[in-house]
Amino acid sequence: MTELPVQDTSPTFLGMPSFQRAAAGALADTQQRRNLAHATATIRAKRAAAVGEVEGWEDLRLAGAAAKDEALHHLPDYLEQLEANLTARGATVHWARDAAEANQVVVDLARAKGADEVVKVKSMATQEIELNEALEAAGIAAWETDLAELIVQLGEDRPSHILVPAIHRNRAEIREIFARRMGAVGRAAPADLTDEPERLAEAARLHLREKFLRARVAVSGANFAVADTGTLVVVESEGNGRMCLTLPETLITVVGIEKVLPTFADLATMLQLLPRSSTGERMNPYTSMWTGVTPSDGPQEVHVVLLDNGRSRVLADEVGREALRCIRCSACLNVCPVYERTGGHAYGSVYPGPIGAVLNPLLRGTSSEVDQSLPFASSLCGACFEACPVRIDIPSLLVRLRSQVVDEANGRSAEAASMKAAAWVFGDHRRLEASQRAATLGGRLLGGRTLRSLPGLGAWTQARDLPTPPTETFRQWWARTRGDGPATGGDRPAGHGDRPASGGEPHTPEEGP
Amino acid sequence: MSSRDEILARLRAATADVTTRPGERGPVPIIAATSESAQATLTLFVETVTDYRASVVRCRPEQVGAEVAAALVRGRAHTVLVPSGLDPAWVERARDAGLRVRPDEDDEGRPLSADQLDGIDAVVTAARVAVATTGTIVLDHAPDQGRRALTLVPDHHVCVVRAEQVVHDVPDAVALLDPARPLTWISGPSATSDIELNRVEGVHGPRTLDVVVVD
Ligand code: SF4
Repeated sequence: MTELPVQDTSPTFLGMPSFQRAAAGALADTQQRRNLAHATATIRAKRAAAVGEVEGWEDLRLAGAAAKDEALHHLPDYLEQLEANLTARGATVHWARDAAEANQVVVDLARAKGADEVVKVKSMATQEIELNEALEAAGIAAWETDLAELIVQLGEDRPSHILVPAIHRNRAEIREIFARRMGAVGRAAPADLTDEPERLAEAARLHLREKFLRARVAVSGANFAVADTGTLVVVESEGNGRMCLTLPETLITVVGIEKVLPTFADLATMLQLLPRSSTGERMNPYTSMWTGVTPSDGPQEVHVVLLDNGRSRVLADEVGREALRCIRCSACLNVCPVYERTGGHAYGSVYPGPIGAVLNPLLRGTSSEVDQSLPFASSLCGACFEACPVRIDIPSLLVRLRSQVVDEANGRSAEAASMKAAAWVFGDHRRLEASQRAATLGGRLLGGRTLRSLPGLGAWTQARDLPTPPTETFRQWWARTRGDGPATGGDRPAGHGDRPASGGEPHTPEEGP
Repeated sequence: MSSRDEILARLRAATADVTTRPGERGPVPIIAATSESAQATLTLFVETVTDYRASVVRCRPEQVGAEVAAALVRGRAHTVLVPSGLDPAWVERARDAGLRVRPDEDDEGRPLSADQLDGIDAVVTAARVAVATTGTIVLDHAPDQGRRALTLVPDHHVCVVRAEQVVHDVPDAVALLDPARPLTWISGPSATSDIELNRVEGVHGPRTLDVVVVD
């Protein structure tokens, strides 16, 4: 079979340094680390409570994974069914092989409506294709309407978290951004704006309402696209999604082809898994479902852009395709000890955290420095798998990608890259411990076969021909046989497969500011 | 080759190893909490709605008008929007209390514009179904609920739910819904946690949600 095309790495991230070098900068930023630590700890606790309430949680995870696998394994059939149902309900379906094609479709549609602006709901797919930049280049303003996206856009910044893209900004910074920038692009912030969250939200409400009421074209993503009915689903909190999906005359929804669900009944599973995993709520404030055009209710012109952009390549990887199950809940980010310290920017993509470390090299290939380094941006502790509502085995996928990177690299360059990784790993004693635990897990996965690469160290260890690591580190052995507590770092030595389902606690102690 | 045909060809090639047929997994498993009794479900619904800081009251059918009026007065509403299919008895008391109750039409009988809706304080609707485990009400925008914009632009939503519409868990609701209709699932008032993860009620949707449960 011919190689399927990789996703172009966007110019924003093309020159991105390796994860380790980018992370070094983030680690030095105490403000960001403090914000992130607070945020991830808060969401972790909420998620644990919301998941703990559901007796059949493990059954739901299995059903969620099965629904996505069914869709992915028969993706062409389900996409054709989706297209037929959408068309029958008055929607127009467009197909886009890559980012450039998708952007062109949206730009052409907006132009045909004579629009010089569009309102947008947060969507990772449109971030991935850099639609805002494409619209801007065509003279069309794209207004982000999620509070966090607004903060990011006004701050001329990049999002750092799937769910809370402005997690790296505290309230004082947000007040400053609103006061300084809102007036330039619309209704200014009130002169007496304080940094109370209520006042900041009110300023955003007033600023954006003006835009919602006059907008004629909206652009959204979708969390799910149901093949057997043609229903699209957007899950949100603030109501900006409902505004965009309801008020404008024209609605354009950009949907990654992996968002397909086989049947409407599968939503019963997904609507239990997603909110509890992502925001730790029983249900998010608003979920909108629409099926094509409804006469005299909402947009009368409905377009759907089905986006490939590297996904078919991931699907062709019989093991790696599991990553396409991802429903972008961000639970894996919040339990990740590496993410908690480095933040999202170091991942060099709109998909950060553990899933980003897997998905980006799969989507984009491993030719850039950042994509080569991403599989090493993990301690392989296994918390991400335990948290994942659709059971993506991220640690195993990372191990596989590591050996692929090492296989592809030759001589010096591989060694140079892994030396940088080593410097980063050893920059902090906790990371060394994490790496040792990870090496143990690597030993388990390899089942005693020769070690290809020590997790976190890459080809460097291969070059030194290290013996296969023991299934226990010395520290873990000491803790088990002599110590009266768990090994340093608070976790027992175990592969992720046999960790208790309640996993998801951080693996290193919270760091004080 | 068109983009469509090329993408489908890529996907067929990518899944060439798959040996199962579509649908072979069988019916979707229903994983849902079960209810001890209809009363237990109702009690749970009231608790979970309250957890979202929405206000919820239970009343008998003849008290609905009074409860709706009380909620509107509490919210200091002056103008109230009423979808065409709403039971007129539900807003009678509000009218008596001096509130301006108006339908979704302007002087020429056209549906109100978004700007006009923005000048209205509150809306009263029915619901299609409600979910106890999650404290959710689902609208399918039938005539007693109105088109989607009505329950979005005004800042205060009073929603009347009949006891028999409250189901126990999410799958029970999904089974009752008609995917051909637009559907809005509402769990508490609009909220954001984007500022240092503090939950702030009310960004763009109605900042006040009152639920009246009738049994
Ligand atoms: S990989 Fe799993 S846990 Fe991570 S964002 Fe995707 S669905 Fe959520």
